[in-house]
Amino acid sequence: MSQHTATKINYLELLTNGIIKENAIFKLALSLCPAIAVTNSLRNGVLMGVAVLFVQTMVNLTISLMRNFIHPRIRLPIFMLVISGWVTVADMSMAAFAREAYKQMGLYIQLIVAFASILARAEMFASKNKITPSMFDGIGMGLGFLFALTTISFFRELLGRGALWGFPIVNTKPLLIMILPAGGFLAVGVLMALFNWIDKKYLKSKTVTH
Amino acid sequence: MAEIKKEHQLTVSVSPHVKSEETTSRIMWSVNLSLLPAALIGAYFFGPRAVFALTIAIITAVLCEHLYQRGMKSKITINDGSAFLTGLLVGLNLPPSVPFYIPVIGSFVAIVITKQLFGGLGFNVFNPAAAGRAFLLISFPKLMTIWKEPTAAFVQMDAKTTATPLGILKEEGIAKLMEVFGDKTNLYTELFMGHRAGSIGETSTLALLIGAAFLFYRGYISWHIPVSFMGTAAAMAWVFGGKGALFAGDPIIHLISGGMILGAFFMATDYVTCPSVKKGQLIFGAGCGFLTMLIRLKGGYPEGVMFAILIMNCFTPIIDRGFKTKVFGFKKPDSKETKK
Repeated sequence: MSQHTATKINYLELLTNGIIKENAIFKLALSLCPAIAVTNSLRNGVLMGVAVLFVQTMVNLTISLMRNFIHPRIRLPIFMLVISGWVTVADMSMAAFAREAYKQMGLYIQLIVAFASILARAEMFASKNKITPSMFDGIGMGLGFLFALTTISFFRELLGRGALWGFPIVNTKPLLIMILPAGGFLAVGVLMALFNWIDKKYLKSKTVTH
Repeated sequence: MAEIKKEHQLTVSVSPHVKSEETTSRIMWSVNLSLLPAALIGAYFFGPRAVFALTIAIITAVLCEHLYQRGMKSKITINDGSAFLTGLLVGLNLPPSVPFYIPVIGSFVAIVITKQLFGGLGFNVFNPAAAGRAFLLISFPKLMTIWKEPTAAFVQMDAKTTATPLGILKEEGIAKLMEVFGDKTNLYTELFMGHRAGSIGETSTLALLIGAAFLFYRGYISWHIPVSFMGTAAAMAWVFGGKGALFAGDPIIHLISGGMILGAFFMATDYVTCPSVKKGQLIFGAGCGFLTMLIRLKGGYPEGVMFAILIMNCFTPIIDRGFKTKVFGFKKPDSKETKK
């Protein structure tokens, strides 16, 4: 990916890269744990996505700032330190501003530390690129994650509870399985297939090989 | 191979060269036929509602297959009877008095999600009917456990709800079961004939055995899976089924109640989702029996046949790999490197 620094940087491409070509969940199949664990209601899914968007952007920024000072041999521990620092920020702000949601999913917010997608972007992109492209890459990846979690939790809450964001929408008997873990696997699998089908048929984005 | 009908046409192809009359559709329709007695008994005991549920399940299954294959622009194979069979099995696994959307959802999940999304007949990992029923049971725990008392229901319409024999056995023990059915001989006969509460097609052991005998006669299923399945389950029921003491359980009740017969003969033996090697089939059946009894005796559900089959479906590829048959004349090489 280092050619971005040499040639003129296409910021739009950097943004869409994270959303479509290298969508963390639908394309790379990374960070599937939160995609199943927190997506049983739309609100949780969106909040989680926003938290990841924030952490991803800030981590990419910080790593990119520090990229010339990090010794390659100890880069992973340093990435982890930076990530956990920003996760703590996200965690505490959420505890302060969204108390109710935090009670339900606080544990998962702390688990962002261990998300493969965030460490992967720090290692593959931010540590090799300048600040602005790194930030755009972080926003793109975060938006892709937010998009995936929103879609999954939209369908799961609609089918499993007949509601959206806690408000009842349809009045039929809900499919209970969709808000249970088994339904999470089903939803992720089916949506992943659908996303890749649409991509293959209409968007035709090439899979990027590093 | 069946398309080539000209007498003197020379075809060059890889083996096998032996042709027979057996085709996928012939086998599938035979299995459908073999389930007919069970469906008829279910219709007799549970009445129009059961027939209604069966019909809806079959129509939805065939329709889903047709629409999906048309949407994907692939060859439409609804005439081979496999979608019909899946729909029939989903229907037979339902409680008699379900509302109309239950079989619709069940058949949809079975055909579209479990079968077609994985590539259609021959590529599905899980038994479609079992997966459909598992989806329904988890989604609608209340609706899927309303059991009707069997009556000759075309004559008298109002039916009482009751518990299945396994439900009674689980909740209240064997003494209560005896109380409901009278003495032991009566209990066995009622269970064997199918005069008990349960899913539409699972109640009558007799009808299912007639169908299974037909399949054995035609050579469509082998004894390996049913025997190891039911043998393991019976042994587990005998050893651990009793209250307090070992070796005090009643294996016969466990064999002829619940979906054991239907599962062992018609669902676990599905060609696509069971191992194709005989030794592997023995392991597969034993695993099914073990898991079934584990769920029945220790789990939260009174019945576990379908979950056991689904879990063992996951192991099918590993079992197949472990019992790969040797090529004729092949000698085990000395060094490990010659492995392909």
